[in-house]
Amino acid sequence: MTTLNRRSLMKAVGAAATLSMVGTAARAEDKIKIGFIFLGPIGDYGWTWAHNKGREAIDAALGDKVETIYVENVAEDASAIPLIRDLANQGCKLIFTCSYGYMEQTLTVAAEFPDVKFEHCTGFKRADNVATYNSKFHEGRAVLGTIAGKMSKSGTLGYLGSYKVPEVVLGVNAFALAAQKQNPAATVKLVLIDSWFDPPKEAAATETLINLGCDIVTTHTDSPGPLQILEQKGLFGFGQGADMSAFAPTAHLTAIEDIWGPYYVQRAQALVDGTWTSTDTWDGMKEGTVVIAPYNAAVPADVVALADGVQAGYKDGSYDIFTGPIFDQDGVEKVKAGEVMTLEQLATIDWFVKGVESAS
Amino acid sequence: MSPEFIIAAIVTVVGLATPILLAGLGELITEKSGVLNLGVEGMMLMGAICGFAATAATFNPWLGILSAAAGGAIASMLFAVLVLQLNSNQVATGLALSIFGTGLSSLIGNAFTGRIVPQFGSIFPDALAKDPIWKLLFGYSPLVYFALAMVPLTAWFLKSTRAGLILRAVGENDHSAHSIGYSVTGVRYAAIAFGGAMAGIGGAYFSMVITPMWAEKMTAGRGWIAVALVVFAGWRTGRLLAGAYFFGFLMWLELFAKANGFGNSLPFLQDIPSQVWAAMPYVMTIAALTLISSRGNVGASAPACLGKPFLPST
Amino acid sequence: MRLKLEKRPAPSTFMLIATPIASVLLTMLIGVIVFDAIGIQGERAVIDIFLTPILASYKWQDVAVKAAPLIIIALGLSIGNRAQIWNIGAEGQYVLGALAAAGVGIAAGPDAPSATLILMILAGILGGAAWAAIPAFLKTRWDVNEILSSLMLTYVSFQVLGYLVGGPWQDPNGRNFPATAPLPEQLTLPILFQGTTVHLGVAVAVILPFVFWLLMSKSVFGFQIRVVGSAPHAARHGGFDAKQTIWMALLIGGGMAGLAGALEFTGSLKAVNLGFPSGYGFTAIIVAFLGRLHPIGCLIAGIVLAITYVGGQVAQTTVHIPNSTAGIFQAMMLFFILASDILIRYRLRIVRPAGARA
Repeated sequence: MTTLNRRSLMKAVGAAATLSMVGTAARAEDKIKIGFIFLGPIGDYGWTWAHNKGREAIDAALGDKVETIYVENVAEDASAIPLIRDLANQGCKLIFTCSYGYMEQTLTVAAEFPDVKFEHCTGFKRADNVATYNSKFHEGRAVLGTIAGKMSKSGTLGYLGSYKVPEVVLGVNAFALAAQKQNPAATVKLVLIDSWFDPPKEAAATETLINLGCDIVTTHTDSPGPLQILEQKGLFGFGQGADMSAFAPTAHLTAIEDIWGPYYVQRAQALVDGTWTSTDTWDGMKEGTVVIAPYNAAVPADVVALADGVQAGYKDGSYDIFTGPIFDQDGVEKVKAGEVMTLEQLATIDWFVKGVESAS
Repeated sequence: MSPEFIIAAIVTVVGLATPILLAGLGELITEKSGVLNLGVEGMMLMGAICGFAATAATFNPWLGILSAAAGGAIASMLFAVLVLQLNSNQVATGLALSIFGTGLSSLIGNAFTGRIVPQFGSIFPDALAKDPIWKLLFGYSPLVYFALAMVPLTAWFLKSTRAGLILRAVGENDHSAHSIGYSVTGVRYAAIAFGGAMAGIGGAYFSMVITPMWAEKMTAGRGWIAVALVVFAGWRTGRLLAGAYFFGFLMWLELFAKANGFGNSLPFLQDIPSQVWAAMPYVMTIAALTLISSRGNVGASAPACLGKPFLPST
Repeated sequence: MRLKLEKRPAPSTFMLIATPIASVLLTMLIGVIVFDAIGIQGERAVIDIFLTPILASYKWQDVAVKAAPLIIIALGLSIGNRAQIWNIGAEGQYVLGALAAAGVGIAAGPDAPSATLILMILAGILGGAAWAAIPAFLKTRWDVNEILSSLMLTYVSFQVLGYLVGGPWQDPNGRNFPATAPLPEQLTLPILFQGTTVHLGVAVAVILPFVFWLLMSKSVFGFQIRVVGSAPHAARHGGFDAKQTIWMALLIGGGMAGLAGALEFTGSLKAVNLGFPSGYGFTAIIVAFLGRLHPIGCLIAGIVLAITYVGGQVAQTTVHIPNSTAGIFQAMMLFFILASDILIRYRLRIVRPAGARA
C-alpha cells in the first residue's frame, strides 16, 4: 500500500488521520514533549499519585517550555512496549517509565529511538539514552522504625509488604534496625501478600498482624486499607507514598512521602538545556526525594525529637541505619561493627536482619 | 493460644467469609432455578461501586447498601435478558457479564478514587461490640448478621414455601413446571435478580465495610470463589455457610503462616514456601469439590436443568 | 402484535457470518453514544479504539503480536466448547507453558544450541497440557466440575510462578528481583520482519487455524467432538467415548494455551517475571465465541480483539479514557454476538393474533 493511498484513506476518517500522522510527520511545535508511563491510576493515593505530582511539578516549573503527557494503568508486561513506543512516536523527547517492571520494555524501545531520552524508575539497566533513578525509601523507614520502636507497648511491630524485592527487604531491615535502637527487644512480624494493591487482603493481613500482638503496623503496599483497619482498632500505623491522614486521622502517625518533583524538574531542565546524560540517581532525604509527613498529635514530643534527629542525621550525612554490626535472622554477622553497607549491597539485598519474623 | 487471640482470629475469618457467603447465597438461588450465572465477580464489583457512590452522595450507608443491591440486580438483568429471552449460552454470557462489570465499575469508579465515606455504626453498644470477649458475638458489621440471617431464611424459603417449591420445580424440570402453568422465565428472572442483588451486597462489603474506599478490581477474584462455593456446598445452604467460613479460614491461615504465626513450635511448618500457603485455599477447594463429587451425591443435588436453555415446545 | 421466533429449517449461514460483523458495528455505535453521554469525545474514542490500529501502519505489528496468543489459545478452547467442555483456566495453562519452556531453557544453559528452542516450545505444549490434565482427570474420574477446577488451578499457577521465579529459577544476576534470566539470543524466536517485533509465533497463529479447520472438518475426531457436544446420548450409541472426548478437549486446550505461553515467552518477553500472566487466557474465551467456535473465526476474532486492546491504549493517550474501557467494549461485543446467536437457528416473525387484544 502506498503512502498516498493510506493518507487519502485516513482523511476519510478525520480524527484518526491526525493521530496516525504524528508518528511520521514532525510537528512544528515549540514546546518539548515529555511522556510518563504510570503503573496504577493517578488517583491511587500512593505510588502513581506521587509520580503524577512530580509530573505536575514539571508543568508548574517549565510549563512555558515543555508539555507533559501520560498513560496510566500500564501493565508490566509486553503490552508496555507499544505504549512507550507511542509516546516516542508522538514526539516525546524524554520519557519516564515509572515502575521497576518496565525495565526490559524501556531498553527495547530506547534501542529503537536513540534520539529520545528515557528514565527508568527503580531499575538497574542503563544505556546511552536510558538513565535510572530511585529513591532511598529506607531512610524514611528508619524514621518510622524509630517512632514505632519508641511508641510500641508490646515491642512487636507489624510490616505488611508486597513482594520479596530489594526495596521491600531494605524497608523491613531499616524499620527493624531503627526500632531495635529504641527497644533492643523489638521484633518485626512480616507478611508479604504477593500484590501491591489488594485492599481486602491488606486489611485481613493487618488484622492478623494485630492479632499476633503487633500494636503498630507499617505498610509497604499501596492502599490506605490497612490504616483504616488500624483506625477502627485504635492502633497506629503510617502512610505509604503519600500523606494518607484523611483515611485515618488518629491512626496515621506520619507517612513517607515520595517527592519526585525536584528530580523530574531537574532532568527536564537538563533536557531543555541539552545537558542530559545517562545517570544513575539514588536520592533520599538530603535531596528532598523522601519526605516525612507532619506528625500526628499522638506522637509525644520526645519521640518527635528522636525522629527529627534521624531526619537531620540523614540530611547532614551523620546517620546511616545500615551501619554495623548487623546480624541476619539466624544471628550471623553480615556487617562488621563500624562498617557501613555500600549502595551496591543495599540495592541487591535479599536477607532480613535479626528480629524479623517471617515464613520462608 | 489465648481465648482473646482465638476470638480475634475468628473475627478476621468472619470478615473474609461474609462477602463470599452473601454472593454464594444469591448464586445458590439462581442455580436452584436452573440458571448458571458466572457473572458474580462483575455483579459484586457493580455492587461495590454503586454502594460506595450512593453512600458518598447521601452520606447514608443504608441507602448505599440498597443501591449496591440495585446495582448488582440491574447488572444481572443484562445477563437475564440474554439467557432467558434469547437463549444465549449461559457460560459465555456469564463470563461477558464479569468482564463488563469489571470494566464498567472501573469507569464509574474513576470519579470516586480517594474519596472517604461514612461507615456503618455498630448496632450494639460499644460495651459489647468492643469487648475482647463479647465482640465474638456483637462486634460485627450489620451485614454480617444479615448474611447469617439469610442462611436459614434461604433454607426455609426453598424447603417450606410455595414459592421455593416452584423455584425448585423450575430448576429440576422446567417443562413440567411450564405445563402445569408456572412461568419458567418469570421465576428465573426473579432468581437471577436475587442473585445479582446478593452479589451486589457482597461486593459492597468490600467497599463499605472492610476498607471503606473504592479501588479498581477490589474484589480480587472473590466472585469466582462464591461460584465455586455453591458447587462445593452441593446446593445446600448449611454447607454453603460451612464452606464460606472454611474458605475464610484458609485465607486467614495463609496470612497467619506468613506472619510466622506458628512460631518455632512446629519447625517443619517454617520450611514450607509461602506460596504453598497462598495456594492453599484454591487447592483445598479443588480437593473438597473432588471429595463431594466422588461421593456421587452431586448428581442428586445439582438442579437437573442447570445451565440448559428453556425452549418451550410449541 | 408481537414478535415470534420461528425455527429455520437449516441454520442460516448468512446470519452466522453477518451477526459477528453486526455485533462489532453495534458496539462501535453504542460506544459513541455512551462515551458522549459521560463526557468523553465518543467519536474520537471509538475511532481510536477500532480504526486507528488498522489505519496506522506502525500499529500493525502491535496488533499482530497481541493477536497471536489470543488466536492460539482460542483455537484450543473452541474445540472444548464445541464438546461442551468449559475450560476457563487457560490463563494458568498459559503460565505453565511458559514456565515449562523456561525450565528447559535454564537446564540447557546459556550456551545451548538454537535447536533447544524446539524443545522449549514442545515443553511449553506439554506443560500446558499437563496442567489441563488435572481437571480432565478429576472430571473423568470423579465428575468434578471442570469450570471450577480449571479456574482454581489458574490461581495455583500464579503461586507456582511466584515460587519458581523468586526461588530456584531466579536470575542470579538479576539483583534479587523475582524474574528468570533473559534468554540468550539463540534461544529467542526469530523475527519475521526486520525492524519489527513480529516474531515466528505470529506465523504459527496464522497457520494453525487452517490446520485446525482441516482437523475439525475432515477427521473422525472432529466429527466426534461435534457429536458429543450436540447430542451426548447419540454419541454414546455411536460408540464414541465421552471420557476420551473430555481428555482430548482439555489436553488440546491446555496444549494450545501452553504453546501460546511458550511463544510469548520466547518471542516477546524473553524472561518470565511476576507480570507474565496478562489475561490472554480469559480474553481468548471471548475470542472463541466471537469466532463462533470456528478456527477461521478465531483467527479473525483474535485480530478484532487485539485491535480493541491496541486501540484502547491509543485512546488512553489521546482522549484519556481509562484502560478498563477496552474490557467494556469486549464484553459488549460478546453480549451482542451471544444475543444474535438465536438468529442463526430462528427467524423473527411479527405475529398479529386475530382479535386477541382488540
